[in-house]
Amino acid sequence: MATDGLHENETLASLKSEAESLKGKLEEERAKLHDVELHQVAERVEALGQFVMKTRRTLKGHGNKVLCMDWCKDKRRIVSSSQDGKVIVWDSFTTNKEHAVTMPCTWVMACAYAPSGCAIACGGLDNKCSVYPLTFDKNENMAAKKKSVAMHTNYLSACSFTNSDMQILTASGDGTCALWDVESGQLLQSFHGHGADVLCLDLAPSETGNTFVSGGCDKKAMVWDMRSGQCVQAFETHESDINSVRYYPSGDAFASGSDDAT
Amino acid sequence: MSSKTSSTNNIAQARRTVQQLRMEASIERIKVSKASADLMSYCEEHARNDPLLMGIPTSENPFKDKKTCIIL
Repeated sequence: MATDGLHENETLASLKSEAESLKGKLEEERAKLHDVELHQVAERVEALGQFVMKTRRTLKGHGNKVLCMDWCKDKRRIVSSSQDGKVIVWDSFTTNKEHAVTMPCTWVMACAYAPSGCAIACGGLDNKCSVYPLTFDKNENMAAKKKSVAMHTNYLSACSFTNSDMQILTASGDGTCALWDVESGQLLQSFHGHGADVLCLDLAPSETGNTFVSGGCDKKAMVWDMRSGQCVQAFETHESDINSVRYYPSGDAFASGSDDAT
Repeated sequence: MSSKTSSTNNIAQARRTVQQLRMEASIERIKVSKASADLMSYCEEHARNDPLLMGIPTSENPFKDKKTCIIL
């Protein structure tokens, strides 16, 4: 018994020191390749001109903070979700509300439009991601058709359909991301590795492969292989929570926004 | 509960960390100068398709201000 304990302690210590030396090696490798800064390479590029923005529509109707929104692929409809528990589908051309559903929880932090435009997904403090099919039947009660797809053990912070209406990727305050089958509600893959709440995720542009990036309260941005559940790379350079991550359109890079003001 | 189970959990976790780090250390990497050049050339190639850079012609803008009809 006593010798087993000793053996375990030795293994733990040697594993920890190997981890430390590998981390050091990684930093060395990265430093070797860091021969120049992006802005130095871009020095001779013309700066962009003044960007003029004009508000074209204001969609009024939510009772409290709007936490999330997503465009439909038809470039016309928008789904938005609010702290007040409501999820609204808008026609942005006319500003009319096409659908509205009241969630059983407040703080609906995530919402997404399905690629077909026939459904929306949303969730928040209810720890779930639910899918609502959109119908044009005025008598239809949207809430009745609700399908609970994802179950997490803490709040849902982000959700996104993959290339089809059939799969949803979710991120949660429970520190995990997960890929779900919409039809059966089955968990297809889970992604463990964040040390704290995951706040955001973004899928790689479809032509470039099956990966997605997630950012969390552990200050890490992690790139995942959707099929294996493996973390491909982790980036730990922020000094605070990462609130948002977005892939660059080429799929070769991603940007992150953090509470550390960068 | 027993210190043995918590330490086996720690070992399992440490093993996973080491495996993960080993895998990350073996990834092929390119220099920042090359990556920057790639990103910049992608930007320049696709600049023509970027409405934020090129602007949107009013005739194609579905959100343009609607003019009221004047009844003559």
